[in-house]
Amino acid sequence: MQDIMIIIIGAILVNNIVLSQFLGICPFLGVSKKLSSAIGMGAAVTFVMVLSSLITWLVQRFILEPLSIGYLQTIAFILVIASLVQFVEMVIRKTSPDLYRALGVYLPLITTNCAVLGVAIINIQKSFSLGSMLANSLGNAIGFTLALILFAGIRERLEEADIPKSLAGIPIALITAALMSISFLGFTGLL
Amino acid sequence: MLYAILSLAILGAIFGIVLGFAGKKFAVEVDPRVEAIIGVLPGANCGACGFPGCSGYAEAIVAGNAPLNACAPGSAAGPKIAEIMGASIDPSQERKIAQLLCNGTKANAVARYEYSGINDCHSAATMYSGSKLCTYGCLGLGSCVAVCKFDAIKIGPDNLPVVDPDLCTGCNACVLNCPQHVLQTVEVSKLVHVRCSNKDKGKDAKAACKVACIKCKICEKNCPTGAITVGAVAVIDYAKCTNCGICVEKCPTKAIEKIPPIAGAIPKQPEDPSSQGCAHCGICKQ
Repeated sequence: MQDIMIIIIGAILVNNIVLSQFLGICPFLGVSKKLSSAIGMGAAVTFVMVLSSLITWLVQRFILEPLSIGYLQTIAFILVIASLVQFVEMVIRKTSPDLYRALGVYLPLITTNCAVLGVAIINIQKSFSLGSMLANSLGNAIGFTLALILFAGIRERLEEADIPKSLAGIPIALITAALMSISFLGFTGLL
Repeated sequence: MLYAILSLAILGAIFGIVLGFAGKKFAVEVDPRVEAIIGVLPGANCGACGFPGCSGYAEAIVAGNAPLNACAPGSAAGPKIAEIMGASIDPSQERKIAQLLCNGTKANAVARYEYSGINDCHSAATMYSGSKLCTYGCLGLGSCVAVCKFDAIKIGPDNLPVVDPDLCTGCNACVLNCPQHVLQTVEVSKLVHVRCSNKDKGKDAKAACKVACIKCKICEKNCPTGAITVGAVAVIDYAKCTNCGICVEKCPTKAIEKIPPIAGAIPKQPEDPSSQGCAHCGICKQ
């Protein structure tokens, strides 16, 4: 149990997927303008990340390894993730049109979200067991959501702030992201 | 090798079947009218209607949030949309075309320096608002031409954009893209246009360009309908203008122009000025 907690805390804070490993920057900048859509995106990525990690782990374990075709890992994983995202898109479109509209183009972009593929590959590289693998995926997904929500909260306040004209918009967002990344370095000694 | 092909093919087939079933189970019913309206819209995605592209406009129409005749390029689409929606539209709305509010040809406008940078008005505008002594005038480098989706603007021999009234759809793209703000969309039937945007004092304006508005207010005093007012520069209120052309006659610098009627437009007959009493324009004495 302690191992699981360490993996989860480590994935959320110490090796935060966005702020320490710099994966998934595109949705991090793209969907962080509004807190509500950031939460929606975080939930969608969490769902896709955990489910795709599970399926890719099973694919690796029971198809790629026994047939010794591990070199097909990337293409097989992308196949899994792309199909899953399509599936999630259909479900969200049916169940929550508002969330569908808020996520817009970023929902299909989860397909190419390197964070999802990155977590799937990290799970294999670290040769996790099923339980640790799920803990790691969940931790990374929560870490992604946490970074996204924190960033969206800051950006919503930045909208109101008096920012020099040349820095307004994306430049100040990038500076903010850099400062957040630096502050997350403070968690390095935690574990 | 065989295993590799087979295993990926089977994986793909499984996912395809699952997605196929999900597509049926989670199918969202799209209003068929949206598709039909997208079909009749021109598909230029110019944004003149104020919605994100033609599909955004079509959705807004079906949702009842948009007027049926907001599509400037597809003025012919209006009646078809009305048919699809089972509504009628006011046919009196007239199409608009772009008009240039500058006549700073090489002969008229005084040059200040020679511009040899990127062939784009936005670039030239950053260099002290262009190479002409008049900092309000058209730069003639064709940013409007580049942005026009209908090939309706060409740079003419005078180095000024010429709008083809038959091709122009009044989509406003050039107006929004012009760094000097010297373009304006005006109803086709309106024939009198102030070809100057210079907001400097009369003396400075005249020194910069032979055909500048010198703010003498003669046009304002002589307009029988009060359609032209001179603030920073002479501006015509097209709702009041009757195409009578008195201001064109009176303007000492020929900054106002009356163009010949455009075919296909329904020009309002210029009202007889005498019917509204004497405007003291003095034309009758000449």
